[in-house]
Amino acid sequence: MIQISFILNGKKVKLETDENRRLIDILREDFSLTGTKEGCSIGECGACTIIMNKLAVNSCLVLAGQLIDSEILTIEGVSENGKLNVLQENFLKYGAVQCGYCTPGMIMSIYALLLKNNNPADEEIKEAIAGNLCRCTGYKQIIDAARATADTDMITDLSQ
Amino acid sequence: MKKDFSIVGKEVIRQDGLEKVTGTAMFADDIVLKDILYGVMLRTTVVHAEIKSIDFSEIADNKNLTAIITSEDIPGAKKVGAIKKDQPIFCFDKVRTSGDVLAMLVGNNEKEIKKLLTKIKVEYSELPILSNSSLAMNEDAPVIHEESSNNLICEYPLRKGNVEEGFKNSDYVIERSYSTSYQEHAYIEPEAVIAIPLEGNKGVKIIGSIQNPHTTRSVAASVLGWPLAKVRVEQAELGGSFGGKDDTMNVLAARASIAAVKCNRPVKIRYNREDSILESYKRHPYKMKYKAGFNVDGKIKAMKIDIIADGGAYASMTPFVTWRSVVQATGSYEIENVETNVKGVYTNNPYTGAFRGFGSPQPVFAQESLMDEIAEELKISPFKLREINGYNSGSVTASGQILNSHEVTLKKVLAKASDESGFNDKWEKFSKDRVQKDFIIGSEQREKEFILDKEQFIEPENVWRRGIGLSCSFRGCSLGAEGIDAASVFVSLQNDGSVYLHSGLAENGQGLRTTFSIVVSEVLGIPFEDVFYLGIDTGYVMDSGPTVASRSTIMGGGAVKDATEKIKRNLLDVFIENYNIPQIARVEFTNGMVTYDKYSMSFKDLCKLAYNKGVNISAVGWYAGPNVDWDEEKGQGNAYFTYVYGCQVAEVKVNITTGEVYIENITAVHDPGKVINLLGAKGQVYGGVTQGAGLCLWEELNTIDGKIKHQNFDELLIPTSKDIDNIDVHFVEGEEEYGPWGAKSLGEPTLELTSAAISNAIYNATGVRYRNLPLNLEEIVLNRKLSPASVKRGSA
Repeated sequence: MIQISFILNGKKVKLETDENRRLIDILREDFSLTGTKEGCSIGECGACTIIMNKLAVNSCLVLAGQLIDSEILTIEGVSENGKLNVLQENFLKYGAVQCGYCTPGMIMSIYALLLKNNNPADEEIKEAIAGNLCRCTGYKQIIDAARATADTDMITDLSQ
Repeated sequence: MKKDFSIVGKEVIRQDGLEKVTGTAMFADDIVLKDILYGVMLRTTVVHAEIKSIDFSEIADNKNLTAIITSEDIPGAKKVGAIKKDQPIFCFDKVRTSGDVLAMLVGNNEKEIKKLLTKIKVEYSELPILSNSSLAMNEDAPVIHEESSNNLICEYPLRKGNVEEGFKNSDYVIERSYSTSYQEHAYIEPEAVIAIPLEGNKGVKIIGSIQNPHTTRSVAASVLGWPLAKVRVEQAELGGSFGGKDDTMNVLAARASIAAVKCNRPVKIRYNREDSILESYKRHPYKMKYKAGFNVDGKIKAMKIDIIADGGAYASMTPFVTWRSVVQATGSYEIENVETNVKGVYTNNPYTGAFRGFGSPQPVFAQESLMDEIAEELKISPFKLREINGYNSGSVTASGQILNSHEVTLKKVLAKASDESGFNDKWEKFSKDRVQKDFIIGSEQREKEFILDKEQFIEPENVWRRGIGLSCSFRGCSLGAEGIDAASVFVSLQNDGSVYLHSGLAENGQGLRTTFSIVVSEVLGIPFEDVFYLGIDTGYVMDSGPTVASRSTIMGGGAVKDATEKIKRNLLDVFIENYNIPQIARVEFTNGMVTYDKYSMSFKDLCKLAYNKGVNISAVGWYAGPNVDWDEEKGQGNAYFTYVYGCQVAEVKVNITTGEVYIENITAVHDPGKVINLLGAKGQVYGGVTQGAGLCLWEELNTIDGKIKHQNFDELLIPTSKDIDNIDVHFVEGEEEYGPWGAKSLGEPTLELTSAAISNAIYNATGVRYRNLPLNLEEIVLNRKLSPASVKRGSA
């Protein structure tokens, strides 16, 4: 067992857990943050994508020990006080959601991209979500939503 | 008169979007219950064997183990199946395929009970493995199900005219063979289900990622030996299905229910990706032989088709899947003489069943490739050949059905796709640009000469070859003569004008609840936001058949319109009585107002008035398909009550050195009848085209002696965001009498056309015809597969 503390969706949290527990399990089981989804458990599908220290990572590949002093943002931290973020709004407006299972991971990957580069080219958007599999949408409307969000200056670092 | 719509046909944001973008949508595995137990599967290690014994003695006393569930715990049906009851919930006599399950361990610590699986000793007596569907009907083939004398699941003949005479009277006769591979549904959410025992004699409640709750209910009830009403099934948010969360989920729900009742505690089963790929069914691999006779003028005179579909170890939907194939195998062309034989056979391979397209993507690939091969023989353009042979209004299909009850839009979609993509000019240009002499791909010679000679050096600018290809299809809407076809909804208006909507068909992510709510909103002239679709629960709504066959909009939408119009008539009576206006008055329901001449009342007030007068403002809607018929021996009849038409054009570039095919554009033109939600309709096309491209180019799922090689997304490649540059969608709305305002089907036609269009484009680019999907790198470069089953390692 180890004691860890980290920032989760802007709040400092403390936890005692097994060193080899996966971040996805900590989020879903210990914090009831079930918006982060599991699809493959090997870092291929991206459904479990969260933002860790401003980078999009697969939470199924992060172990408890790596969390020490990190900043974690999950889908639950993207909308503030029940108000949708502009990226979420655009996901709705452009029809980027069908079954919705890949959606949280998709949003986190695009969010991380826009944090770093708020005016990405289409190729950069495609690259940013190349590790997020979606079986419903054919990606087109997801890319449309990302493009519409770029350059809005509405993406801010919510993880602190 | 063309109707003006207030919301139908516009871009409407999906009703269930908010919870999905905030991560609050509750998928089955997100549901947390007190005292829950988990079930984990003891899976076979062999493919085909008699089970001699299962020894649990080493784990029997383990503190983590609450129960061991085997076939002996099943009070009711030990085998289930949509058409043939041949699939065991737990194997007890034999294992027949690598995904088979022998027992389930139940306990509160999932991780710990998984560890116990290796301590169970199973003794098998192995049997010969049948993995080649072509050998399934041989005399000496191992028989997969002892109760049958052979491995035949189903056989459909179709006879029209005289095919031998037709070949005799043809100027040309060609024969070609095509094949397709497995396709995994690859819904991103793996299977999950919870069974909750209810108090007293109330039975059990099942919540899960279930495509067809009523089907799951009947399977679970039959396994429990209970009446249907004692089992209630509720759909959790469904993380993708595409036809895939049917049989597998029914079996899992039955297993969870047996355990829940035995332990008197909720039991959850949740699969990881490996479990999912191992146990779930796939799209059928098809082997197809086509023989076509045609004349110099381009007219196809005769077609003979032989198809074998690999059903795997269990029949599942094979009889229905292959029936659609026999109806549609000649494609959207009028051919005088047709002989088609389609067989579904058992093997020890993974079992196959329903998958978006449902027996159409395979024959469309073959037959639309064949069309281009015929065009090539005749030296005419693929467009022209389709113009010559394509269906018109009044054409007669292969099954003898006259297409006269709806607008036959084949030529319209063909013209639109061709115009939008600039097909004819590009096709001519790329055909001329094609230079074959400097480098030959897809040949035996190429395989022997991996290292190029000096003079074979390819200039970097010559590496990519561009091509364009098209494909057309017609598709029967809904179930057709394969089953009972009716759908039901319950619509109840509240006294403030808001609406509850219960549907017997299920949201699968495709946008059904939004579509249905739009129908209510349009009929009553009320805001879309006032309609609340309640999740599907078998306790609250009638069995409407499965949410399959692209039938939700036409059938379910029809039922929603029926229910809403019934309520509207009651409201109308109240309005007329209130103002004492003529019975025949043309009263308008628009923008939340009800108006006639100078009389006007808000919709809300009218609801309140009706409610206060004790008038019923709820209704059950019902929509039953018109009669269809089928002669099993001749394969003739009115197979479906209406059809949709589509045409896709693919533009690709092919890297002739690596075999990479990059899709630059797909122009997809579909006639779904009236479009209800434009945003959702486009989404269906983008998604279907992408899955169709996956089937064509990348998705390879190999088996070695019946065992699946690719068990996760590291090896099983599905399309990513980087694989298709653009998809261009257009709708042609054909006139139709059925469905809400003539809305028909869209989900499946979008997928079935793509692989043929791409393959034809590759031919246009390279001059090489590929007939075996998927067209991955090795197929393009070598024109053969490098899958373990086709390669002897170490051989030259």
